[in-house]
Amino acid sequence: MTNISVKDINITSGANPDHEAGTGWKRYFSFSTDHKVIGIQYIVTAFVLFLVGGIFAMVIRGELITPESDLVDRTVYNAMFTMHGTVMLFGWTFPVLVGFANYLVPLMIGARDMAFPRLNAVAFWMVPVAAILLMASFFVPGGPAQAGWWSYPPVSLQNPSGQLINGQFIWLLAVAVSGVSSIMGAVNFVTTIVKMRAPGMTFFRMPLFVWAVFSAQIIQLFGLPALTAGAVMLLFDLTVGTSFFDPAKGGNAVLFQHFFWFYSHPAVYVIILPVFGIFSEIFPVYARKPLFGYRVVAISSLLIAGVSALVWVHHMYVSGTPGWMRLIFMLTTMFVSVPTGIKVFAWVATIWGGKLRLNTPMLFALGGLILFVFAGITGITLSSVPLDIHVNNTYYVVGHFHYVLYGTVTMGMFAAIYHWFPKMTGRMYNEGWGQLHFWLAFIGTNLNFFPMHPLGLQGMLRRVSSYAPEYEFWNIVASLGGFLLGMSTLPFILNMIASWMHGKPAPENPWRAIGLEWLVSSPPPVENFEEIPVVISEPYGYGKSEPLVAAAGEVHNHK
Amino acid sequence: MKIWNVSIIIVSAIALTLVSLWIGQQAYSWLPPQAAAESQLIDDLFSFLVTLGAFIFLGVTATVIYSVTFHRAGKYDFKDGPPIEGNITVEVVWTVIPILLVLWIAGYSYQVYDQMAIRGPMEVVHLHTPMGMESAYAAPMDSSTKPVENIEVNAKQWAWVFRYPNQGVTSTELHLPSDRRVHLAMQSEDVIHGFYIPAFRLKQDIIPKRTIDFEFTPIRVGKYRLTDSQFSGAYFATMQANVVVESAEDYDKWLAEVATHKPSPAPNQAAAEYTLQTKGLIKTGWPAVKPAQPPLVNYSN
Repeated sequence: MTNISVKDINITSGANPDHEAGTGWKRYFSFSTDHKVIGIQYIVTAFVLFLVGGIFAMVIRGELITPESDLVDRTVYNAMFTMHGTVMLFGWTFPVLVGFANYLVPLMIGARDMAFPRLNAVAFWMVPVAAILLMASFFVPGGPAQAGWWSYPPVSLQNPSGQLINGQFIWLLAVAVSGVSSIMGAVNFVTTIVKMRAPGMTFFRMPLFVWAVFSAQIIQLFGLPALTAGAVMLLFDLTVGTSFFDPAKGGNAVLFQHFFWFYSHPAVYVIILPVFGIFSEIFPVYARKPLFGYRVVAISSLLIAGVSALVWVHHMYVSGTPGWMRLIFMLTTMFVSVPTGIKVFAWVATIWGGKLRLNTPMLFALGGLILFVFAGITGITLSSVPLDIHVNNTYYVVGHFHYVLYGTVTMGMFAAIYHWFPKMTGRMYNEGWGQLHFWLAFIGTNLNFFPMHPLGLQGMLRRVSSYAPEYEFWNIVASLGGFLLGMSTLPFILNMIASWMHGKPAPENPWRAIGLEWLVSSPPPVENFEEIPVVISEPYGYGKSEPLVAAAGEVHNHK
Repeated sequence: MKIWNVSIIIVSAIALTLVSLWIGQQAYSWLPPQAAAESQLIDDLFSFLVTLGAFIFLGVTATVIYSVTFHRAGKYDFKDGPPIEGNITVEVVWTVIPILLVLWIAGYSYQVYDQMAIRGPMEVVHLHTPMGMESAYAAPMDSSTKPVENIEVNAKQWAWVFRYPNQGVTSTELHLPSDRRVHLAMQSEDVIHGFYIPAFRLKQDIIPKRTIDFEFTPIRVGKYRLTDSQFSGAYFATMQANVVVESAEDYDKWLAEVATHKPSPAPNQAAAEYTLQTKGLIKTGWPAVKPAQPPLVNYSN
């Protein structure tokens, strides 16, 4: 009785009063501390913001369907691409992935909840706060921020409205709030994964999604303070007249770019690592084979996190960066392709010779894989200094970036939503609608983002509201693809709502998948596990049929 | 049977290589005309990267498509696939090959960058490195020709002004002599602008309060477009200028002639739109930064 540790209390007692917040839809609007409720809160909030960011994208593509600036004012256009980038990154990709990590990590490692459930809830509720702040900026006199999601000074320090409360001010506040929320989340995830794993769940028995989340959240811990500090310094420059970044007052404008990219390039890996994790979860299930090279794939996530700290200057090859720096960062950037290459080859080897089932999650994962290979190859061309000098800040970069963030990340998120939908809601989604969604999204993605590559090679710049007539053809294709992509979410929304309300009840494990989350009911009970499972083997034992957990009474043999 | 498999792999690899080589050759046509000596180097590098990229992309995609086509589970087939968990040899090979490729690509890129010797700002970080960048200055692309022209480039929201100090000429159109190395001294009056001529494949940010040196060699007579490549505010898209590359004689003739013109305000799209905006019917009322005064120049187009 006297030697019970804190860990035992957290894991085994499970007496968290906040968890009795009810079971109906109302709990999703409450300050719930159940990681599963918070996970769904994150995912749904992020999806709403995805639609908002999507509407901004439609305005952008609408403007660019003709060479002239004729749909919206130039100021409105600038606000549109600024807010599109901001909302999609800080409102969609980060929160939706944190949502999945929140939902799945405790289940996958055999914990009853996250390490700090209340911190978790606070971190979530800061997301709607940041989102409402951002949207409120449409109603201040100068309109929302217009300096792009990079907010490079001195453009971001110019304040034509002359008001203290202006769009850029609000933007910086929202970014800082979102940064603080993500740091809270990172502390929580890293602690949970290190301290709360079930007995027998060694690091090399963790599912790759958990490895990926772990690596990504480590990046958050070292990177986000830099961005948040940069944002606060810029806020001071804008409001109280400090001169960190204002060259007119002796500041250094390029310094901000270092602050910004020191985080914002690794941020791409924060976003994509969990998606790699999702691919690694999905391919073995639908190919009915173990993941090829599990340990190497696990370690490659940590390698990506490590190398990611040393790549940021590749955004600044033409920013007045000396030659030696351009060349060193070229090499480090290119080396990211080694661990990512390892993953791609491992996935292909997993699929090879399997017993494939092309359900919607598998289709999205396969589509995401192919689009990612394309993005990776254009990424190598971008890391090469001489070529980057040509295509930097052109649509070539925008195309590459959207193959990463729509082609890979968003496709991966849809794969995850379909795959874990039965677990989360206790109901099956409609397969036909899911496949329709995939094909519309896959075709739309390519129509929308492929044309950006030839446009960029020809020299069309990003962020322009009008362009030379010679760029018109590919822009029309891209815009039509964009509208198709916008429409592709309709079958998804209908499917999700209808299936959540009236779908066929889902069994515990509809995909015959291996993993702790598939051992509990769908949806899982409030504290996840009646009894904490004891893990006795590595994940992905497809074709080997060895048990993942020890049966009751066998526990002591496997300590 | 084994020989049969090996020969299929060899034939596929050869076919893949040929297709990739062909795609790599096509890459040249995806780019604007080669109007500067530097663009030839960059295009060769791009073609090389496209060839490699096509090989990898087609290889991976073909494998996935093959699996998806021929390794599908039947409707009532609930068996698992073979439980292959890994293969150390294969994993080592596909780690080593990308590392070698990366070193190859980086080495080639370094070589191209070295030959370009476009300069750019070195004063930001005073570090003497063994990477050979200093020597790159000593040996620019065409070492026989020292930069013959020193042209001052001035960027502001939203106009380009070019000044030829030797002749005392200012212009909103950039005239350059063909086949001679030119040296630009670039400055910005307000925000960060980017000097970018797609036909030259060259780009350099212009940081306020600093003079940025930039060198290159135009090689093809014609008219090209200079754009601002770093987002510079409301009228960013309008910040364009013509670049005229002409023979040395035509260039000298142009300078001599323009020197006799009286300076007059150049037309400016941003300024025009700014005045129009206040009269528009649909207004968001969102203010924009007021464009700088239209520049006084000897020559505008």
